[in-house]
Amino acid sequence: MSGGTRLENANPLVFQRSGERLLTATDEDENVADPIDDREIFDILIRTVLSQSINDPEHPLSLEELNVVEQLRVNVNDQDSTVAVEFTPTIPHCSMATLIGLSIKVKLLRSLPGRFKIDVHITPGTHASEDAVNKQLADKERVAAALENSQLLEVVNQCLSSRAISGE
Amino acid sequence: MRVRVKVGVALQAMAADSALLLGLVEEFVTGQQDSKAEETATGVKNGQFTILQLVEALGLSLTSSEPQTRGRGVQLLSQVLQQCYGNLQESEVEVLVTFYENRLKDHYVIMPHVLEGLKALTKCLVLPPGSAVSILKSVFQDAHVQSLMLAQRSCVYCILINLMDSREEELKGLGSDFVFGFVQSMDGERDPRNLLLAFQIARKIITQGYEMGKFTEEFFEVTSCYFPIDFTPPPNDPHGITQEELILSLRAVLTGSQRFAEYLLPLIVEKLDSDVQSAKVDSLQTLAACGSLYGHKELSEFLPGLWSSLRREVFQTASEKVETAGLSAVSALVASLSRSVLSSDSEDVLHVFLDLILKDCLHHLAEPDLKLVWPSAKILQAASNASYRASLKVMSAVMPSLLEQYNTQTQCSQRRTLLEVLQGFVQPSLHGTEHGEDNVLVEFQKPLCSAVFSALAESSAGLQITATRLLTSLGKQSGLLPLSDLELSVHHLTRLVLEEQDAQVSLAVMECCGALAYIYPEAFAMRMVPRLKEAIFSEPMVEGDRPCPSDSNSQQAVRRRCVTALASVSSQPSLVQESVPVLLQILTSAHTGRDSFSSDEVTSVCHSLQRIAEQAGQDPEVGQIFHDIVIPRLLGLAIQAALQGEDSSGRNSLLKDEAVLSAIVPVLSAVCARLHSELASLMASRAVRLFLDGDVSFLPENAFPSNLQLLKAHPDSCYQTRTVCLLMACVCSLPRSVEIPEVDRLLVELEELSFTCLHPFSYTSAAKCFAGLINKRPEGTALDAMLESTTKRLTAEVENQSPMRMQAFTLLLWVAKALLLRYHPLSTSLTDKLFSLLGDSELASHAADGFYLLMSDSPDVLNRGCHANVRIMYRQRFFAENSAKLVQSFNSAVPERKAAYLKALSHMVNNLPKQVQLTELPALLPLLLEALSCPDQGVQLSTLSCLQPVLLDPPAALTTQLDGLVARLLALNSSPSMKVRIASLRCILALSHLPDHLVLPFRAKILQALAVPLDDKKRLVRKEAVLARGEWFLLGNPGR
Repeated sequence: MSGGTRLENANPLVFQRSGERLLTATDEDENVADPIDDREIFDILIRTVLSQSINDPEHPLSLEELNVVEQLRVNVNDQDSTVAVEFTPTIPHCSMATLIGLSIKVKLLRSLPGRFKIDVHITPGTHASEDAVNKQLADKERVAAALENSQLLEVVNQCLSSRAISGE
Repeated sequence: MRVRVKVGVALQAMAADSALLLGLVEEFVTGQQDSKAEETATGVKNGQFTILQLVEALGLSLTSSEPQTRGRGVQLLSQVLQQCYGNLQESEVEVLVTFYENRLKDHYVIMPHVLEGLKALTKCLVLPPGSAVSILKSVFQDAHVQSLMLAQRSCVYCILINLMDSREEELKGLGSDFVFGFVQSMDGERDPRNLLLAFQIARKIITQGYEMGKFTEEFFEVTSCYFPIDFTPPPNDPHGITQEELILSLRAVLTGSQRFAEYLLPLIVEKLDSDVQSAKVDSLQTLAACGSLYGHKELSEFLPGLWSSLRREVFQTASEKVETAGLSAVSALVASLSRSVLSSDSEDVLHVFLDLILKDCLHHLAEPDLKLVWPSAKILQAASNASYRASLKVMSAVMPSLLEQYNTQTQCSQRRTLLEVLQGFVQPSLHGTEHGEDNVLVEFQKPLCSAVFSALAESSAGLQITATRLLTSLGKQSGLLPLSDLELSVHHLTRLVLEEQDAQVSLAVMECCGALAYIYPEAFAMRMVPRLKEAIFSEPMVEGDRPCPSDSNSQQAVRRRCVTALASVSSQPSLVQESVPVLLQILTSAHTGRDSFSSDEVTSVCHSLQRIAEQAGQDPEVGQIFHDIVIPRLLGLAIQAALQGEDSSGRNSLLKDEAVLSAIVPVLSAVCARLHSELASLMASRAVRLFLDGDVSFLPENAFPSNLQLLKAHPDSCYQTRTVCLLMACVCSLPRSVEIPEVDRLLVELEELSFTCLHPFSYTSAAKCFAGLINKRPEGTALDAMLESTTKRLTAEVENQSPMRMQAFTLLLWVAKALLLRYHPLSTSLTDKLFSLLGDSELASHAADGFYLLMSDSPDVLNRGCHANVRIMYRQRFFAENSAKLVQSFNSAVPERKAAYLKALSHMVNNLPKQVQLTELPALLPLLLEALSCPDQGVQLSTLSCLQPVLLDPPAALTTQLDGLVARLLALNSSPSMKVRIASLRCILALSHLPDHLVLPFRAKILQALAVPLDDKKRLVRKEAVLARGEWFLLGNPGR
């Protein structure tokens, strides 16, 4: 799972980043409640970075630039307190798929109110061992156990640390 | 008889001197009194004793069988020589050199002093011929440099440097032995201070052309073994040597000679493989430095290896530094190959190298959605920018393929990338134009322009924005935007101004217009300005009786863009001449009520005028236009509108609005602040006569009543007195050298108005105008008398419960500010008054806010842009003089009055520069924490915003207060004001960056507390909560 020195995909497709969310007048109005929407979750996730090669944690591409997460594939229902995120590994045999999924899940667990039920899975048909990965991600106990593993936690935290995105 | 006495006296004196000298030697050598060396040296310098006498006096010590005693003797001699080497005779030097050379073979404890002595002797101008060589030979032979102590090694290097400076020819006579001796001496040197000296010697050996002979490789080895330098100075290093210094001086050695090429280039290739980023950067920069000296002879053999390393670094790096260094290296190599003179039989190495680059990079340009397109483009651009010959070759390979791709691609994002790459190649460079050669790109001018025009016509914002940048680049180079294409460009840009609604595209279009209009003013004056004017004054489409709302909205948006565009293009006087009348015409219609302009539009017209005045700078032509046309028209319209306000039946002019008046003020100040002296004086007298005497002769459309009295307060109408803000804009922003006529009468009228007027806008403006004039008034009795009477009246009005108390307070505040800025002695009594008002039942809150005004820059008056008399660091001074007072009054105030003090304090601290905040904070911390629990939201917000930067680099005093701080910050998370919630979350985020051991105890508590704002009803608050909570989660965890 760690990148090693050789890059798995040295010349990946790079997608354009969407701009900052524009501020509207209602955003600053004290009396209007803003529901949690798809874009908000998307904005939280694109701060997550894929440390594609552990050698260069300073300037990795973000999940958005690699098209791993798209706003289209984020679904939130604020009223029912549910979030569903589909992510697309860069290549069908990507060995990082579980790590990416885990990072997304952890990020959401840390960033959303406790009332939300969080579902993270691979976009159907984009990964060789889709089912196995989905199963791991859905299993609460396995996620918890994975985060007990300090080496794994370290890699996940690296993806989530703000130092990694300071190059923006 | 007399003569004999004199001789006798002299003899006696000599005898006394020699006894004295013996005494000094005795006390130094056996008495171990170091200070005696200084006394001896002074004696030698005065001519009291000679060096010869000193040596004689030292005789016994120098021949003693005890090494310690000999050492002490030599030490004394050396220390004296260090001070007196300038007084020596050649014969003395010769003897001393021989003596010291012999001593080099002596006991090791003597060695340090011997070297010191030699160092002093090498500074002698009278060093006899041959001595230099013999000193060096002895040093190289008898002193094993690397077994010496640090200071002595440094001594040896200094000896070398001294001799190289003064005896270059003699040393060169040694042949390569000199280099060999040096190589042996420095081999293994570890101390950075000595390394700097050694590198200095090595650099001299290269630049002064010492013979290296067969020792070239040894010389390179002994210096290159330090490459790349990795040096971290110890904390509190007193010597102040930096890694950068070492790197640069070593680089100067390594890249100093072509003869090192065969060793250096393989070394660079090897070091580029390093995992350490600084080593990579150093290697790349060293390679770039070689470029200036090396030619194809040195480089050709290594090019393939160098290229593959360079390519790998630029393609794969994650660091911008490595990329930049790599690109400069590519540039330097290409530049040096381009300089090389070709021999007829060999192939052109430049072409060989460029072919290598093109082979590896060109095909990546054909995949515009993959990552490597960018590094490839940058390499090619670096190569092409290196020389004219290189750009010819690269452009002819790259341009056709890029242009063709652009025309055949259909996907928007790919076309945008291609266009951005194209823009990178079109960046103006120095090549071509400086040698009078044609711009390389002229050949591709047609297709480039048509690519720009097609992109401008697309609907994709990204494509349009890139196209405007490309167009700007084309316009900046001669020959790339011929007349027909220029006209077409202006046509496209005009269309975009009129039609494009996307804010970012609009901004890019405006920038492009601004840049091109500066170069081609006629085209814009003829083709753009008239069309914008037409669009501004065209009637909106009328449907039935009234325009439908969406349409009028878009009509407003079009007008707004037109107005902005007019400001953007007005950088040259010829364009200002065209655009300003259009803007003024809008104001006129707004005044007469035709064409349904809104007050927002009118203010935006004012902003545009202000921008034109500001971007013109000191241009006298533009100043003349503004002085002759704009100011009279603006004043005329505003005053007409004010007079109209009197009769209620009149049409409703927009220029009566306070908002519009406030927007006119900065236009007038911007113009007046930039007027040249003659016009400025004229302006001053016109404005004063207008406001004091009602002299309207310079205003256009003279339709004013004859008895105009603008500065007289009317109890029932505010329109006329409001215009005093225009007076302020005109007279308070003129350069300080301009004398204001009748200033005393003016001040009296202004004072009267600000004391008696009932309308806040009017009396505040009058107070500001008064303050602005006072601030610039020269010191003297006139000023003092004026201030004395004003202060008396102020004090009386503020202290009595008069109905005009607020007016008096406003004037007090502004006068206090005017005096504070110029360090006037009277300012203290006025600011003390303000402090005492913090305890006032009625004015406390206003007084507290007054401190914000005192400490911050006012936008329209009393700032440096208005040429106000602002002394540096007045804020620090005010704070230093008053903070203790404030804290004291806070402590003694009754509880319900404390809030005002806290507010004043937080305003004061907030406006201090950060360095000062950091030093002042420890003392104020308890008070600031108190301020966080103050119920006033303004106080909370201002305290949080001054705490947050401090938390990023917290003072030690904070650590003991963390408990209280965390509790208060968390409590503010439930504040009703979202701004307070956001600010407190930012502070909590900043806290997570404190040292782990301080904040870890709070982790669990804060994570739990932050779960609440994750569900805040405002998204902006949630965003901050997510950031803060994410960081606190990482705290104390692996992988942070």
